[in-house]
Amino acid sequence: MPRVLLFIPLLLFIILAGFLWKGLSIDPRELPSALIDKPFPEFSLASLQQPDRILTKQDFLGQPVIVNVWATWCPSCRQEHEQLLVIDQTGEIPIIGLNYKDERDLALQWLQQLGNPYQFNIFDEQGMLGLDLGVYGAPETYLLDAQGIVRHRYVGVLTAQDWQELKLMIKGWDSVKN
Amino acid sequence: MLLSSFLLSAAIDVYKFDDPEKEKRFHQLAFELRCPKCQNQNIADSNAEIAQDLRTKIYQMLNADKNDNEIVDYMVERYGDFVLYEPRVKPQTYLLWYGPGLFLLLGLVVVVLIIRSRKKAYNDTHNHEPSLSNSEAKALDALLKTKQGKKQ
Amino acid sequence: MIPEIGEFALIIAFFLSVVLALVPMYGASTANDMWMSYAKPLAMGQFLFVIISFVCLGYAFSQDDFSVVYVAQHSNSQMPIQFKLSAIWGGHEGSLLLWALILTGWTFAVSRFSKALPLDMLARVLSVMGIVATGFISFLLITSSPFARYLPRFPADGADLNPLLQDFGLIVHPPMLYMGYVGFSVAFAFAIAALLSGRMDAAWARWARPWTNIAWAFLGMGITLGSWWAYYELGWGGWWFWDPVENASLMPWLVGTALVHSLAATEKRGVFKSWTLLLAIFAFSLSLLGTFLVRSGVLTSVHAFASDPERGFFILMLLAVTMGGSLTLYALKAPNVKSESSFSWLSREVLLLVNNVFLTVMAITVLLGTLYPLLIDALGQGKISVGPPYFNAVFVPIMCTMALAMGVSIAVRWRETTLQSVLNKLWKPAVLSILIGLGFPFIYGNGFDARVFLGISVGLWIISTVGTEFIGKFRNTQSITNRLRQLPLSYYGMMVAHVGVAVTAIGITLVTSYSEERDMSMHKGDTVEIAGYQFTFQGTHVVKGANYMADQATIEVVEDGQPVATLRPEKRRYNVKNAMMTEADIDASLFRDLYVALGEPLEQGAWAVRMHYKPYVRWLWLGGILMALGGLLTVADKRYRQSSPNQEATHA
Repeated sequence: MPRVLLFIPLLLFIILAGFLWKGLSIDPRELPSALIDKPFPEFSLASLQQPDRILTKQDFLGQPVIVNVWATWCPSCRQEHEQLLVIDQTGEIPIIGLNYKDERDLALQWLQQLGNPYQFNIFDEQGMLGLDLGVYGAPETYLLDAQGIVRHRYVGVLTAQDWQELKLMIKGWDSVKN
Repeated sequence: MLLSSFLLSAAIDVYKFDDPEKEKRFHQLAFELRCPKCQNQNIADSNAEIAQDLRTKIYQMLNADKNDNEIVDYMVERYGDFVLYEPRVKPQTYLLWYGPGLFLLLGLVVVVLIIRSRKKAYNDTHNHEPSLSNSEAKALDALLKTKQGKKQ
Repeated sequence: MIPEIGEFALIIAFFLSVVLALVPMYGASTANDMWMSYAKPLAMGQFLFVIISFVCLGYAFSQDDFSVVYVAQHSNSQMPIQFKLSAIWGGHEGSLLLWALILTGWTFAVSRFSKALPLDMLARVLSVMGIVATGFISFLLITSSPFARYLPRFPADGADLNPLLQDFGLIVHPPMLYMGYVGFSVAFAFAIAALLSGRMDAAWARWARPWTNIAWAFLGMGITLGSWWAYYELGWGGWWFWDPVENASLMPWLVGTALVHSLAATEKRGVFKSWTLLLAIFAFSLSLLGTFLVRSGVLTSVHAFASDPERGFFILMLLAVTMGGSLTLYALKAPNVKSESSFSWLSREVLLLVNNVFLTVMAITVLLGTLYPLLIDALGQGKISVGPPYFNAVFVPIMCTMALAMGVSIAVRWRETTLQSVLNKLWKPAVLSILIGLGFPFIYGNGFDARVFLGISVGLWIISTVGTEFIGKFRNTQSITNRLRQLPLSYYGMMVAHVGVAVTAIGITLVTSYSEERDMSMHKGDTVEIAGYQFTFQGTHVVKGANYMADQATIEVVEDGQPVATLRPEKRRYNVKNAMMTEADIDASLFRDLYVALGEPLEQGAWAVRMHYKPYVRWLWLGGILMALGGLLTVADKRYRQSSPNQEATHA
């Protein structure tokens, strides 16, 4: 048997170790959205604040927006709220709320107490839009471009750092256009 | 194998099926789809909110006479390949699906090669070979003797 | 004070392990008897100080010393004492200390029970184990000390152990499993010593084999216990989930099984030496890999440890040193190891080779399936999952084919067998197992079922070939009792272990094919029928445990008008963590389990109840016990007692 063959186990191990080392810097629980670079799903749902008004995708096409999935039963959403208010105040990008599997009274109360960073809120009581969007928990935050294409998703609390990243992404699109 | 930090209660909720065949498919689908939020559980065993929603969705789709492929596609469109416990066969998963068969084949080829070289040795030495080589047998005997000697 | 003694003892143990790793090894390479002779006292000292450390941690748990971070995070004053003590290994740091305890214990056992080993071999073996111990104890001291304190202020009470772990399973499963994992370090050390000395003869195999068998038996028992524990504790009646943590224990077991067989051939016939060494290296490396996978957080698991990439990095370094080092050594030195015997096409050697190919491919399959999501992710190809449907599709056919070879191997002699004699022995078992396999699904179930046919036939094939062979031993003998006594224990061990495989195969087949399960919403007085058993829900009442409150349901089970069992599943709420937990109740018997778990309360006093009928589920674990028993019986054989009194090694 050629002696070189005896090095095969060592070689395989080195490859394996390389992957394991790479694996240490990957979070296996971070799940990218299946809708990245795909259009935001069609929907037709009532507004949270104005129950008679029916919202659809047309209501936010034409400019980049952030869609934020939130609910009053979600403690991290409360944590995240501050950051959303900050983003709203910069006026750089409108935030659309997706009130997910919530109760209307509680949600309205929440907005009154904590302030309202949202242009408007889609009231998804059954969570069916959430399902179409691939939401698996709240909060989640989606970045949409002017054509309503999903460009990015954050799972969990949106931080100041995430917001900086978001801004860079939006700027990137502008420079492509010009 | 320690168990810690995950949902503690078994998922149990109640769906009524008019058709036992659908109930079987329901269990099969819930077994093969992974809960996107959980540690590593299928949506049948998980008690997470999202797993309940997905179970309900499967139930509704079954009752709307969707076939298994439609239901699985629906889930993959929304949650990605991640939800499939049985990964689809495509170039990225060729190694996963065909690797074991290939390795088995390779192993058996090596066995055949070894036998051929050994059989040659066997024919050369006829049938007079002791099961251990002479030097080994001697070494073993010597070793065991000293051991027994010590015991006495 | 006591925790500081524990920490200090661990530091001393660390220095002893460093000396053990260096001095006897150097002595062996320079033929210095005195330096080599330090190995034994060092092994003993190392073990002693780890014991002291371990006892200190146990003391902190028993005294509810919540100033110790690890105790405060994993215990609570309300917990019953047996769980306080088993909580020692209920988390990362303590379980690592258990690992160190067992490792130094094995080292001590090798030093104590290998008097027949030449001094240089013993010195090298113990030094290699000292290297491994150095790695693990430094891991403990640097990243994972269980003795760290909350200073100056500490919590008044502990955060409680995860309720799932407050169970008999935690007491027995981890120690058993670690005995197996760590036990493979002995085989590993023997392999390295053989490579270093260039001596690998039949005597070597005879020394290494009992240690390997014991470790393999422990690992098998550990896996069996883990499967049984998950079955009754997780509340959904599954017994194997192909979860990364479970796979991490299965891989070394599969390679260990290959090693046990290959060692047998090396001992008896002096063949496959180089391959045996490689397997010994891999068996232990896969144990280390398992530790990495479980504790680093690179994979998600239902049985997750609190994971931490920094710890992962440390284990990866350990893995790189031990595995990279030993495989390099192997590549350089293995050509010196020559196998001398020869054999023909139809011989037990060939069948063992085939067995090894199958077992290795099975281990590779598990490795591939477990790591594939990581590989795909690392290559930037997205996230995928590999779960039970994949493993069932790939693993089961390989397993069945191997089972066929198992039957043949029983009928084949070493060196050479004529085809005629093999066919003579095998045609009756073949016909018998196929016929019964064909008939079984009609008699037991409702018609033909390919899976049942396959599983039953394969199981019976193994049992009937073993039986035929065994009976054949008595053909030309007058005194059956004499013959029974003459047969070596290792022969009995082999038969028992093989029958164990068959028993497990039959159990798996029947429980997967004929289980029945119902999820029902039940009011008081409701009755559901499953597989001929009537389950009647008699309502719930509140019971109070040591550290939990529970709703306990009473469910009467009746078959043909005769009461069979009264089951009392619980839905518990643990006081401290306010965690809900389902405690199933099981009426167990050899041929079927009745398994009831309580779900959520529904409206109007109704409860969601899940009821299972699980035929032959016990067989799966019974088979596991038989396999382990077979491994131990083999070790008890006279010929090993001459060179090393191994049974006592189990005290380690």
